[in-house]
Amino acid sequence: MSGADNVVWLGTPAFPEAARTALADTRLRANLRRATGTIRDKRLAVAAELEDWEDLRETAAQVKRRTLRHLDHHLLRLEKSVSAAGGVVHWAADAAEANRIVTALVRATGEEEVVKVKSMATQEIGLNEALADAGIRAYETDLAELIVQLGGDRPSHILVPAIHRGRSEIREIFRREMGEWGRPAPEGLTDEPRDLAEAARLHLREKFLRAKVAVSGANFAAADTGTVVVVESEGNGRMCLTLPETLITVMGIEKVLPSFADLEVFLQLLPRSSTGERMNPYTSLWTGVSEGDGPRNFHLVLLDNGRSVTLADEVGRQALACIRCSACLNVCPVYERTGGHAYGSVYPGPIGAVLTPQLVGVKNAASLPFASTLCGACYDACPVKIDIPEVLVHLRAEAVEAKRRDRLLPTPEALAMKAAGAVLSSPRRLAAVQRLAALGGRLIARDGRIGALPGPFARWSGTRDTPAPARESLRAWWRRTRTPTSEDRPTTTEGKVRR
Amino acid sequence: MNGRETVLSAVRAALSGVPGSEDPDDTPVSSGRRADHAGPDVVGLFAERAAEYRARVVRVPASGAAAAVARALARTGARSVVVPPGLPEGLVPEGEWSLLTDVPPLSVGQLDAADAVVTTVAVAIAVTGTVILDHGPGQGRRVLTLLPDQHICVVRADRIAPDVPEAMGLLDPDQPLTLISGPSATSDIELDRVEGVHGPRTLDIVVLEDG
Repeated sequence: MSGADNVVWLGTPAFPEAARTALADTRLRANLRRATGTIRDKRLAVAAELEDWEDLRETAAQVKRRTLRHLDHHLLRLEKSVSAAGGVVHWAADAAEANRIVTALVRATGEEEVVKVKSMATQEIGLNEALADAGIRAYETDLAELIVQLGGDRPSHILVPAIHRGRSEIREIFRREMGEWGRPAPEGLTDEPRDLAEAARLHLREKFLRAKVAVSGANFAAADTGTVVVVESEGNGRMCLTLPETLITVMGIEKVLPSFADLEVFLQLLPRSSTGERMNPYTSLWTGVSEGDGPRNFHLVLLDNGRSVTLADEVGRQALACIRCSACLNVCPVYERTGGHAYGSVYPGPIGAVLTPQLVGVKNAASLPFASTLCGACYDACPVKIDIPEVLVHLRAEAVEAKRRDRLLPTPEALAMKAAGAVLSSPRRLAAVQRLAALGGRLIARDGRIGALPGPFARWSGTRDTPAPARESLRAWWRRTRTPTSEDRPTTTEGKVRR
Repeated sequence: MNGRETVLSAVRAALSGVPGSEDPDDTPVSSGRRADHAGPDVVGLFAERAAEYRARVVRVPASGAAAAVARALARTGARSVVVPPGLPEGLVPEGEWSLLTDVPPLSVGQLDAADAVVTTVAVAIAVTGTVILDHGPGQGRRVLTLLPDQHICVVRADRIAPDVPEAMGLLDPDQPLTLISGPSATSDIELDRVEGVHGPRTLDIVVLEDG
């Protein structure tokens, strides 16, 4: 299994097709509109409390830029610090290697189950499936991940993976599935979020208490001290990081920060951008192992899986600064309408549209750079100032170029662009085409709009209405009405036209 | 080639555009941001912000600490209270509850059955209403503050830092550290915030005003 097979979900349709299905789901759209609207307002309110928010963002972007330019140096320092503190560092070039390492580590403990803290990196590598193949059961312990796991579903949001599920659906999943996985849902479970959370507490408590091995991701790791950080809300993270004897943390290589002191910047930005809180309920920091407190064995798996390739692209590499807050998803007009599944990737939304094609190669996710209106809301919201529109345009160019290379004949789009170039460079040709378009356009338009067209125009027109061309072009109108006569020759200074 | 060499050489190849003469510290990092966002009343702000995240906050003179702890325990009807090593003598008074010391270490089952735990804190943060444990004397192992359903934190006013940067500067990275801002919570169901999932569902904070 290659890394690409897990980052993008094989067999899922390209974005335009998946989006069409998602848009037809009115319940999904209502869930998403409500959820993203709530979190947008909360984020704006807490970001506005810090009058130097823009300086903080700039600082974070600079720290990330500086780190990435010397990533090898920082990774080696991290390895040294973690080892000195009693941890063991492993390196994985791709998903398969990371899965092999984690599976072997779990096997060495003799255990057949692990508890998991929500982690994008382990989702990206398909760790749960790899462990299942080895006869090891992985229990997700984040409430939303639990909902997704019990429902045999896929995550649709980085922070709230079950954002597409309403409370009554969640109750049904709990009633139906909890008994299969452990303690069943309580009798008479209602669909009140409080009751549902209580059901999850009871269901998972026994798993936490008996767990001998935990697997986590990491939000940050400080190279100078070897300190690893997990940011969470529910306490499931603390349970996994504290109770088991063995802790295995899988971390993307881009998560390293040069120093412990850098954490203050990100601990101010992340909760405010992510959940719209001044601080999330729980943040755990640990450095190697501590005598008599918490796991006795700590393994840190450093994962590349497409990150070094992304790093090689000087425009695209900024996507590696992402701290997985998901603010860009919540402000994106496209995400709000299609939801996360349409992106067909572990990383949905605007950041997914720039990260996924880079991690797996543009040709394996060619529709994603186009899954955006380039409105720029994501850039404004990003706490580390990733210029997502810039990277999108860059990747679009790559996708077009890749398509051109693979074809003997030019695409209709390329031909159209070439023709447009010829027309726009000659006023005479432009005028002729405009006259023709006015005539033709008005013939096929209905109520002033041109809808779906056949043939080579189908792909463009199928998703857009085009206003019918005006009867007369601006140039023709100008010539007809503004050709100066002796009476209306402009006399004011501003209006003076030199002829 | 092993994973380590593969990853490192791929990273180095990707960074071939970075001049060899450039030092890791050369890329500038601006310092335009502020060191803190707290006003003059740091203690008041801490109490207000912690309460906003549904911690129960009381402010008492240092002499009233034990009485405030007793009131918090009585309110929830706690019958057993975990007392970490090094907790100041007399902070948990006699009452309707039994005291569990962690010497020798309590089992996970004993902790899960305990009703409450009382600790001091290493540092607190006013702007975010956060308490930070470094799990030293008076705080104990991480699991002590995780399994009992009520956590009572006693915070000396002089331990409250105005904001995140100063607080982080006061911490020892070699210690395990836990930042706690209100009781555990989730917004995973329709983004509706619910307090109390896996960690303690009740967080009491007793602020001792005169150090």
